[in-house]
Amino acid sequence: MADETPKPSELLSNIDYRPPAKQWMDVPVNIRKGMYCYAANPKSVEYLGLPNARAWNPTDEDWKLPENWQQILHEGFKERLEKFRSIKVFMDICVRCGACADKCHFFIGTGDPKNMPVLRAELLRSVYRNDFTLMGKLLGRFAGARPMTIDVLKEWWYYLFQCTECRRCSLYCPYGIDTAEITMFGRELINLLGLNIDWIATPVANCYRTGNHLGIQPHAFKDMIDFFVDDIEEITGVRMEPNFNKKGADILFITPSGDVFADPGTYTCMGYLMLFHFLKEKYGLDVTWSTYASEGGNFGSFTSHEVMKRLNAKMYLEARRLGVKWILGGECGHMWRVINQYMDTMNGPADFLEVPVNPITGTRFENAASTKMVHIAEFTADLIKHGKLDLKPERNDNKILTFHDSCNPARGMGMFDEPRYVIQNVANHFYDMPANTIREQTFCCGSGSGLNAGENMEERMAGGLPRANAVKYVHEKHGVNMLACVCAIDRAALPTSMAYWVPEVQVTGMTELVANALVLPGEQERTTDLRGEPLPGMEEADE
Amino acid sequence: MNDKKWIVLGLAVFLVLFLSPFLYNVLIKGAKAAPMPEVVLTEKAKAAKQCVMPTEFMRANHMQLLDEWRLKVVRSGLRDFTNAEGKTFNMSLSNTCLDCHSNKADFCDRCHNYASVAPYCWDCHIQNPQGETK
Amino acid sequence: MNKFYLSSLLAVFVLALIAWAGGPALPWLFGIVLPYAAVILFVVGVIRKVMGWSRSAVPFAIPTTGGQQRSMPWINQNKIDNPSTKFGVFIRMALEILTFRSLFRNTRIKMTEEGRFSYNLELFLWIGALAFHYAFLATLVRHLRFFLEPVPLCIKAIETIDSFFRFEISYDAIQFGLPGVYISGIVLFAAVSYLFLRRLLISKVRYISLAQDYFPLFLIMGIAFTGILMRYFTKVEIAAIKDLTMSLVTFKALAFNVPQGIGPLFYIHLILVCTLLAYFPFSKLMHMGGIFLSPTRNMTANTREVRHVNPWNYPVKVHTYEAYENEFREKMIEAGLPVDKMPDESTAEEEKE
Repeated sequence: MADETPKPSELLSNIDYRPPAKQWMDVPVNIRKGMYCYAANPKSVEYLGLPNARAWNPTDEDWKLPENWQQILHEGFKERLEKFRSIKVFMDICVRCGACADKCHFFIGTGDPKNMPVLRAELLRSVYRNDFTLMGKLLGRFAGARPMTIDVLKEWWYYLFQCTECRRCSLYCPYGIDTAEITMFGRELINLLGLNIDWIATPVANCYRTGNHLGIQPHAFKDMIDFFVDDIEEITGVRMEPNFNKKGADILFITPSGDVFADPGTYTCMGYLMLFHFLKEKYGLDVTWSTYASEGGNFGSFTSHEVMKRLNAKMYLEARRLGVKWILGGECGHMWRVINQYMDTMNGPADFLEVPVNPITGTRFENAASTKMVHIAEFTADLIKHGKLDLKPERNDNKILTFHDSCNPARGMGMFDEPRYVIQNVANHFYDMPANTIREQTFCCGSGSGLNAGENMEERMAGGLPRANAVKYVHEKHGVNMLACVCAIDRAALPTSMAYWVPEVQVTGMTELVANALVLPGEQERTTDLRGEPLPGMEEADE
Repeated sequence: MNDKKWIVLGLAVFLVLFLSPFLYNVLIKGAKAAPMPEVVLTEKAKAAKQCVMPTEFMRANHMQLLDEWRLKVVRSGLRDFTNAEGKTFNMSLSNTCLDCHSNKADFCDRCHNYASVAPYCWDCHIQNPQGETK
Repeated sequence: MNKFYLSSLLAVFVLALIAWAGGPALPWLFGIVLPYAAVILFVVGVIRKVMGWSRSAVPFAIPTTGGQQRSMPWINQNKIDNPSTKFGVFIRMALEILTFRSLFRNTRIKMTEEGRFSYNLELFLWIGALAFHYAFLATLVRHLRFFLEPVPLCIKAIETIDSFFRFEISYDAIQFGLPGVYISGIVLFAAVSYLFLRRLLISKVRYISLAQDYFPLFLIMGIAFTGILMRYFTKVEIAAIKDLTMSLVTFKALAFNVPQGIGPLFYIHLILVCTLLAYFPFSKLMHMGGIFLSPTRNMTANTREVRHVNPWNYPVKVHTYEAYENEFREKMIEAGLPVDKMPDESTAEEEKE
């Protein structure tokens, strides 16, 4: 795979922002290798009871669609126009001013005009006009309408999976038209025809069955955590005993399973363990993990609202079963979009939980009064603000940091200052990237919303270009060598993107940095950080 | 939905604003007709039968004509205006126009008020030169 | 490539031609029937569209958060871009509607030879859009002088302000500037021309433009152009026109003869305005109403604090803990994980069933 992906210089020189001469409706879709993900495994689709499970291949002429597929789409469209005002309004009011055009990381990285958010939405709007508006019926093409054909469907599929639902375009739209909303809706429609990609469908099926996307069964989950416990003991000399499925604990902790599974997320996961151990030893706070609700992320949200709800339900179910007071959420992007804007509506009210109060500082998290779920960055920032953590930020002195605002905590939540506050308190060298590339204007890692597969590497690297370019800027200007983030998909996607575009920069989670600086009661003198790299000043001691 | 009442309210406000000319005229003014005002011609004007140019032309274009007159008088020092019929007039608001139309209030102002036009003629010219000289 | 803007231009020309030929010949049709029909279509169309939107549910609270959330008291919240109160939403919406705040963020991407990207503030669209909309509004408001008798002081005041800059050209060849020049009309024409030119000249925008993007621009350009023409160049008898408009708004028009002396230019102006009105509810111009209903802007961003209710929320199939434990119980016990039911109980229970 890797050898087929163009080199960075090739990818860069292939970007051409001049659109083709032909009108876009006349440019047929070209489903190109490296730019799409494999079709869903029928077993996964079937396991979830979703319609039209079958083996099919995106590059085949015949997609083995059900006979009445046009009718299914038309009716699905109609139903959702009534269910989602957002879609109805967004279908009607776009003026095609073009403000969103160059805001999309996929457009910036590919130059493909159909990756301009406005055109991505027009792919659907053209069919909407044809099926549902007077003008479209009367004037056809002159009203920008076109009938639904197999080629249109293929175009939908290709470009709906070249959007990471990052909402950057929505920020600049004078009417707030949100391509994430349109993509979610579009994917929901094509899922009616069984047209999911496997990198979404299989994690969803896994999550439904085992509680997490990676399909880690309960005993294995515990094994993996125990493995971290061993590692931590080696580094710090402290043995910790995390709780699993513990009834009556104070807090239930849920984080993406990606952090349990792969570097560098694993270091963040070790960070969580160390933080909770510290709080338990020092303040008696009792945090439990769950093997049933062992996934913070929600690939259901990349499938349909219903599947999102089905996967998300476990969080409240488990909190109720264990009788905890409230839920603490780990570092993850789309997980927090779901928690912040969907969970309470879908699976609430969570009246069996208490309004979250940090028992150590007494802080009442009013902003989570109804959902009863607090972000680890909010929680940690609160602890640091009240001086409750013993920190040695100089342990992170060899890391020159910048912070990547993940799209969902940025534009679906607005969490900017909490993680920065934490990072700046546990590390001494921090430089933000240029203003137009961070905070609410942040760029996606390029692999969000279920596109973090291996077969679409060119797509991912193109999508990751704007972010990487900004990192490169601070790398060259300030010598930044570490990119911090609060998202498990980032931790899976950005290392690849960095290796491709800015190989000198590594990726870390926020809590990994916290744990490096955190002084555990009774710890030995540490010589390495969680990655086993020598601490600043310990380079000699290591040898 | 609980926002429906707000949407209806907003829509109602918009429509009231949009239809305000109708509503105002019908509900407040009792649908009273407001036709174009009659201009009053003085005896002298009636006797002259026609202005310096045909009536149709004067109704629409008198301001343009006056503008041209002003240019010729002030910039080029010309005084004579000859119309299509070959009749010559002194290009003067005070001495020619207001000579016949000495009733500014019933002649000029009626239409100007009706159409909400505020000509700046009277910034310089006195309104009733005949009256002044007498 | 652009049959889209040519067809739109042609449509506007054809409309103008129809009015030019038909207006003076059939004044009753073009001066009375057409405006009433257009107003009815506009009102009914707008009501239907907006009520159609209002009938659709708002299942989830999905504000786009454009600034720091409300969290702990010592963290400065961006109360406008991430509003946690109704008042904040009001301010956000007011700024959005009155000042096009989101467009004010607009940037333009530039890529250098070495593959470096920069994103620079790009405000021309914002300025053009603001100029266009406010000039249009001012033009609309001062047209009220044709629909109110006597003309209220406030309308006169607006006219005075609008014609504040006295602008005259006085040469033998050209005499321009009487009656006093309204700045709004000039700005409107300039702005609409700019909006057209950017559609034509910026390749990305040309690529996304449809016939229905050019058509209203040409309509408005035609309206502004004929208005300017009538006012400053080929004059029409203004009192006669007000005679007509007043009879329309007092419903005296049905038994009324359209006054003579209304030139064909006025009918062109009128047919374009009527077309714009009638076309409005069926087009993208409904963004005027839609901007109020955009859920990413008009919802409060206190989504974890207050539960938003989805009117069509329905129960879904979930994988319960019980089913999960049933599948993995043995392995869980082996790994030392707590379970709700020990194997003997659960098998006993299964047997009972």
